[in-house]
Amino acid sequence: MSDEDYNRAMFTRRGALKCLGAWSGAGIVWGLAGGIPRALGMANDPKVADAAARQFTFAQISDTHIGFGKEANPDVIGTLRRAIGEINTVQPAFVLHTGDITHLSKAAEFDQAAEVLKELQVDRIHYVPGEHDALDNGLSGYLQRYGRATDGRAYYSFKDRGVHFVGLNNVSNFAAGSMPSLGDEQLAWLEKDLRGVAASTPIVVFAHIPLWTVYEPWGWGTADAARAMASLRKFGSVTVLNGHIHQVMQKVEGHVSFHTARSTAYPQPAPGTAAQPGPQTVPSGELGKVLGTRRVSVVRGSHELAVVDAPLV
Amino acid sequence: MTYSRISSGSMILVSLLFAATSSVQADNGPRPEPVETKTVQISNFQFQPQELTVTAGTTVAWLNRDQTIHNVVSKDGKVASPGLDTDDRYAVVFEHEGDYPYFCALHPQMTGVVHVRGR
Repeated sequence: MSDEDYNRAMFTRRGALKCLGAWSGAGIVWGLAGGIPRALGMANDPKVADAAARQFTFAQISDTHIGFGKEANPDVIGTLRRAIGEINTVQPAFVLHTGDITHLSKAAEFDQAAEVLKELQVDRIHYVPGEHDALDNGLSGYLQRYGRATDGRAYYSFKDRGVHFVGLNNVSNFAAGSMPSLGDEQLAWLEKDLRGVAASTPIVVFAHIPLWTVYEPWGWGTADAARAMASLRKFGSVTVLNGHIHQVMQKVEGHVSFHTARSTAYPQPAPGTAAQPGPQTVPSGELGKVLGTRRVSVVRGSHELAVVDAPLV
Repeated sequence: MTYSRISSGSMILVSLLFAATSSVQADNGPRPEPVETKTVQISNFQFQPQELTVTAGTTVAWLNRDQTIHNVVSKDGKVASPGLDTDDRYAVVFEHEGDYPYFCALHPQMTGVVHVRGR
């Protein structure tokens, strides 16, 4: 990205921040040194901008729910397009989609999502499935489209510019009365996958449902996440990116920082603030503030990952 | 009986049921027992009633009254609905006696059971 492009991106974001200065969490750049986060400053701080010039950036998009059309957002395509516009301004190296691409796993929904997501000006999008993508004969529709690049599985890893990325599937093992799980087979694969990776390598894990227990009564967590975390224990910098709950939440545990992202489709209530989870209708004109995208920057030569959550503007 | 917005899987199921009924009548055989349907409402993230006892041969239909998608699945695969949107309905005929626990895979805290007893 040229300086001019970057400044343009920052200008847009600065404009957004001005409008949303009171919005908690939005626009704060978090640096992660050895897994310990420290706020570097507001995203429009020149020091942050300098650091950003040496970074490679990828974006996270989540919970696009193509096919949804109820009161909470009758135009999920429109809000997705706004999110795509935001991401194209940042010009990330690639995009991670953390699931619930569709609302009902219908072929037409997958097709429409693929068509609109082509508007992302990136080389590639890495997907993991959400439970809404697993509603028609399990993950068959998802894997038909996205499984070819990943040996027919919904979990995989890849390396990019010194960072080891791991995509996990926690929407295939559901049991009555408990939170979903990754399952033995996937956990064994994860352990094997990480065995040859140096402890100094920054790790980014992405999966749909949070890999920490956000709120068990609503099933917002992964039953066997602790086993995955055990495999990640040796690494100095682990960043976990999730979706599912349609709101930004952060947590740090040792060298691991956890982040859930906003949806591009509709918000959900904060844990325990409503009788049940589900689409939340906000006053008209307010929707963009509770939807959003995320960009994550990796600073070359250090382990800092800067995570910026930006609402739609 | 109307099955508006019924899912395709259950549509097939219901047509088969009617086909079987009409073929028996065409043969002038014994008058078939009326097919009984019991409905479980899905409302406020709960199956209502959560526990249902029916006689063998009963059709159990689940009707989603929530604004949120739910589904109905059982571990043994006997119950396996697609995603049910608001007012979508899914039905299964329970021919054999037994206990059939089920849950919503989207919200696994939602559980229910169908007890099937002899006629």
